[in-house]
Amino acid sequence: MTAILAFFGQRSLAALRYVGGLAILGKDALYWTFVAPVQGKGLRGRAAIHQMVLAGVNAIPIVSLIALFVGLILAYQTANELRKYGATMLVVNIVAIAMSRELAPLMTAVIVAGRSASAFAAELGTMKVGEELDALDTMGLSKTKFLVVPKYLALILMMPCLTLVADFMGIVGGSIFALTEIDMPLGLYWIRALDALLMKDILSGLVKSVIFGIIITEIGCWEGFSVSGGAEGVGRRTTSAVVISITAIIAADMFFSGLFYYIW
Amino acid sequence: MSAVADEQAAIQVESLTTFYGERRILNNVSLEIRPRETMVLLGSSGTGKSTLLRHILALEKPALGHIYVRGVDVCHSHPREMEDLRRHMGVLFQSGALFGSMTLGDNVAVPLRELTKLDESTIQVLVRMKLGLVGLGGYEDLMPAQLSGGMRKRAGLARALALDPEVLLFDEPSAGLDPITAAGIDELILKLKQTFPMTIVVVTHELASAFLIADRIAVMFAGEIVALGTPAEIQQNQHPRVQQFLKREPEEPERDSEAYLRSLTGPA
Repeated sequence: MTAILAFFGQRSLAALRYVGGLAILGKDALYWTFVAPVQGKGLRGRAAIHQMVLAGVNAIPIVSLIALFVGLILAYQTANELRKYGATMLVVNIVAIAMSRELAPLMTAVIVAGRSASAFAAELGTMKVGEELDALDTMGLSKTKFLVVPKYLALILMMPCLTLVADFMGIVGGSIFALTEIDMPLGLYWIRALDALLMKDILSGLVKSVIFGIIITEIGCWEGFSVSGGAEGVGRRTTSAVVISITAIIAADMFFSGLFYYIW
Repeated sequence: MSAVADEQAAIQVESLTTFYGERRILNNVSLEIRPRETMVLLGSSGTGKSTLLRHILALEKPALGHIYVRGVDVCHSHPREMEDLRRHMGVLFQSGALFGSMTLGDNVAVPLRELTKLDESTIQVLVRMKLGLVGLGGYEDLMPAQLSGGMRKRAGLARALALDPEVLLFDEPSAGLDPITAAGIDELILKLKQTFPMTIVVVTHELASAFLIADRIAVMFAGEIVALGTPAEIQQNQHPRVQQFLKREPEEPERDSEAYLRSLTGPA
């Protein structure tokens, strides 16, 4: 009995420590991104742009492709059900709204988590193994400023952009269905899609995408900093960076969906 | 503090005790390193010498005890005070610890760019000077991955010297190098010692290197300093562990057959 209690106690403490670590890292990252530059302590702009290219621009093809597929899948899956009620036309509304409110931000975040949370963890973990993080510490330089802030800034700015691309490509996916299966002209399809969308549908997706970007950076970097035990440790932490960030993204998505349901 | 307090110790370690989990790594270690002397921490692996170095660098916090560098308590001081202190300390890590994403020149320039207000042209001159000092003049534009192990250590040393530190620390400078390259690094340490008024601390298990560069040697065993003195004094020291290390005798095998049997059968 005590063994079971001890087990759960240890697990809960470990989880609390993890969340605490993330909170401290988040506070540091906020300070070095938004406060320190105003105080004249500098911002690593070039490194941030480099990260934007790596994590954002280079992700456009894969995000576009997957969003296109998801839009088309969504159209096929809903059309059958809607046809029973003679409302096939509503496929357009469903694709447009579901993509921009939910699927575009979520799929984008999952793809970026797979690409970038792993990259962040591997990069920082390798630096830890190579004593580069210790070297920064001994020079009195902030690891957060040097390594986390460029990634943080890159994802805060690039996640909404990628999500907009995914919004657009998802609706393009739906248009393939409209064109081939229900003979709806493209012009009419787009007019109906834009009619169906409210500003808040798109905005709520973009707000979520910024939160997802913060989650991905924090967990990717934290896992990287926590590496111990050489190359194998880097591998282990890279895996958990992806798994934990995707879990956290979906949990946050659930929380925000609930929140927006009541207040927005 | 010592009785002859005419000059403050460069590094003062007071009754330092540390643990990794349940295992005691350092046991009540005290050590005074004088200004401008070269102190070698000598011992085989797992004796706690690297741990002692990491504590002096404030990379880890001890369970008990204090460490003062230039009079500043590195375990309990204000971050601003630490920041100031770090500008006076240079470190060469075992692997060189160069930033893999930057050229050699940029690596050496990092402390100059981040911690001083020098303009870029001055920084470039300083970078070339420091790289020249370690025998890497003209290699500014190479990436760390393009260098050999010995060159990486030299470049790491150039970066450690960038801000003209008062205290320079080496973690296993000859580890992983062939004897000739290692001798080159020893030569470089000797040259630095003669040229600059620095306090140098070297962690190593290389006997020849230790006796060549040290003013004083501290021999460590099982988390304690078992002998301290000039190279000549260490040669004469009769402590069995020191003699064992100097004569390069392997660890004695387990004699107690009862204990050996118990270790095989495990706890009953």
